[in-house]
Amino acid sequence: MKKILYPFLLLLFSGNVHAALNIFACEPEWAALAQELAADKASIYAATTALQDPHQIQARPSLIAKARRAQLILCTGAELELGWLPVILRESANPDIAPGKPGHFEAANFVTMLELPSHLDRADGDVHAAGNPHIQTDARNFLPIAKALSARLAELDPGNAAFYQTRLQTFTLAWQAALARWEKQAAPLKGQPILVQHLGFPYLNNWLGMKQVAVLEPKPGMEPSAAHLARVLTQLQQSPARMVIRAAYQDPKPSAWITEHAHIPSVALPFSVGGSDSAKNLFELFDDTITRLLAGLK
Amino acid sequence: MLKYATFCMVLLVPFYVYAASDEDVRELRAQIEQLQQASHAAPVGAGTFNPAISLILSGTYGQFTQNPSVPITGFARSANNNDYSSGFSLKESELGLSANIDPQFRGEATLALAPEGGVSVENAIVQTTTLGNGLNFKMGRFFSGLGYLNEQHAHAWDFVDQPLVYRTFWDNQLGEDGVQLKWLAPTDTFVEVGAEIGRGRGFPGTDRQKNGSGAGVLFAHVGDDIGVSSSWRAGFSVHQTRRENAVSTVGTVNNSFTGDSKTAGLDFIWKYAPNGNVKETNFKLLGEYFRRKENGLLTYDTVSANITDSYTDTQSGWYVQSVYQFMSRWRTALRYDQLDSGTAQIGALNSANVISNYGFTPKRTTLMLDFNPSEFSRLRLQVAQDKSRQGLTDHQLFLQYVMSLGAHGAHQF
Repeated sequence: MKKILYPFLLLLFSGNVHAALNIFACEPEWAALAQELAADKASIYAATTALQDPHQIQARPSLIAKARRAQLILCTGAELELGWLPVILRESANPDIAPGKPGHFEAANFVTMLELPSHLDRADGDVHAAGNPHIQTDARNFLPIAKALSARLAELDPGNAAFYQTRLQTFTLAWQAALARWEKQAAPLKGQPILVQHLGFPYLNNWLGMKQVAVLEPKPGMEPSAAHLARVLTQLQQSPARMVIRAAYQDPKPSAWITEHAHIPSVALPFSVGGSDSAKNLFELFDDTITRLLAGLK
Repeated sequence: MLKYATFCMVLLVPFYVYAASDEDVRELRAQIEQLQQASHAAPVGAGTFNPAISLILSGTYGQFTQNPSVPITGFARSANNNDYSSGFSLKESELGLSANIDPQFRGEATLALAPEGGVSVENAIVQTTTLGNGLNFKMGRFFSGLGYLNEQHAHAWDFVDQPLVYRTFWDNQLGEDGVQLKWLAPTDTFVEVGAEIGRGRGFPGTDRQKNGSGAGVLFAHVGDDIGVSSSWRAGFSVHQTRRENAVSTVGTVNNSFTGDSKTAGLDFIWKYAPNGNVKETNFKLLGEYFRRKENGLLTYDTVSANITDSYTDTQSGWYVQSVYQFMSRWRTALRYDQLDSGTAQIGALNSANVISNYGFTPKRTTLMLDFNPSEFSRLRLQVAQDKSRQGLTDHQLFLQYVMSLGAHGAHQF
């Protein structure tokens, strides 16, 4: 009997015995950032891909199983994962990653939020009380988040603190250089009027200076209706836009309709790492984003 | 107040600059930024500790070609509550409250407000939050973790009604007063086992007043992803209770059963969405099978004849349903139900009084179409051909709305 019982008990209480830090990243951009900062010191699981709407994820069994063994859960926060993360946290029965614990990291806590709603009403659609959660479209946001994340990695895995510190320095220098390059490349985008399919780009616009003139979704999270698209088209006659942009996971049809009727290019941005073939890491994500936006200007 | 403080700080900055190094200025700036952020922080007050509140509103229009109150053939000892009503009717409004109680416990209650008046407690649970090691413990009144559909609240169902096997075997949903312990294995594949003991409140339990446990459930679930587009979960569950003086009515005669009831079930669900993006199109296939053996004493005609003898039977039922979201916001679904009332072994004294084999297989086919303007609203059309009553083919039509307001609901698998 004991022979059967001991391995079972061992299994029960040895869930977290791992060489590498077990990280559960809610979105691929945070998995990629963790990869930059922790390299082989962490084993990273990305819960979603850039081709999935992060609002609309289901608490799948696989996600619950992965969260069970995670030492750090790495999410956007700001209610982006409101529909699924609470279930995963509850069902995985892993108190180390509960909100407020060092193992729970929300990137939105480290950047300035935009579009904080002045009043909350579901009649306004899918609004987020903490502001627009799509913070990863402004490359500048990765600097404060990287700093905070690196500190968190060192807190959870003090043995490798020096390693994380070095990685952060390397990343920060490379990112600052890349930022200068991207901003120079993106200079022609400044002041350009654009349409967006979903309110997913305020941070990108804030960074690169594009001017959003209309949104294809009548309310955040609501499908663009034919009537609303027709209104946008009329509006375009008053104030023309150079292109219509959307995230890789969004339905291409509404943008295609605008392209057909307003004769402006439709640009699908990767939105996160893996959202296009060439956006394989964080640096390539912004290389590709800017290349696609510049192509939209032509 | 904070705004004033920020303002004063800003005013002070120029004075410091004289003596301060660049570093000091940077530090001050950071402090000012922190102050500004603090002034954006959530308001403080008694209200912030209020639990998350949600309210489900639901109503139907129903049309039937047969009397909905006729029970399913061959399942006289089963629950037969279909909750159908002809014409317009309000359904239960479901009020949900949930919050963390303290660092160790979380509480959740769902109160059902019946359309005819009155409040009943559907769920009221306290759950541990810090046990860790994959252990989750809850106590109170809850829907049992057996099967797949049993834990789902009515507003999350893909049809207006539950499958026939749930109606007859669990009175639509097995609710229990008791405790549940679940353990999630520390493996990459989802493996979960759970056990429940309770008073035997919900059917087939007979809500006995006695010390100890009146009903028990064991269940196990396994699940995983297949690539990025598919995921699945399979489950096995067993339920056991002792029924005492369970009265059933056949025609005008009341019978009473006392004995053991043992049920085993299998469930499987597979979900598919291109690239795993459920927003646009997705598909799900779900099936469950339950088999129940009851063994004990049956008293025929408790009012006059009152003849008691042994009684054993094994009944089973299954359903398969698929739901297809063919475009954003629109879903269609198909369900097939079937029951087997089995052949009863009846003691000699009652062999002439009780039917042992009805020789009839209850069946039903259901089609559903729903439109979901947002995550919080659903409008539904459902038609069914119900052949669950011998000689009474029922053509059913339902229109339904299900809306939720308040706290954001969870996207359960």
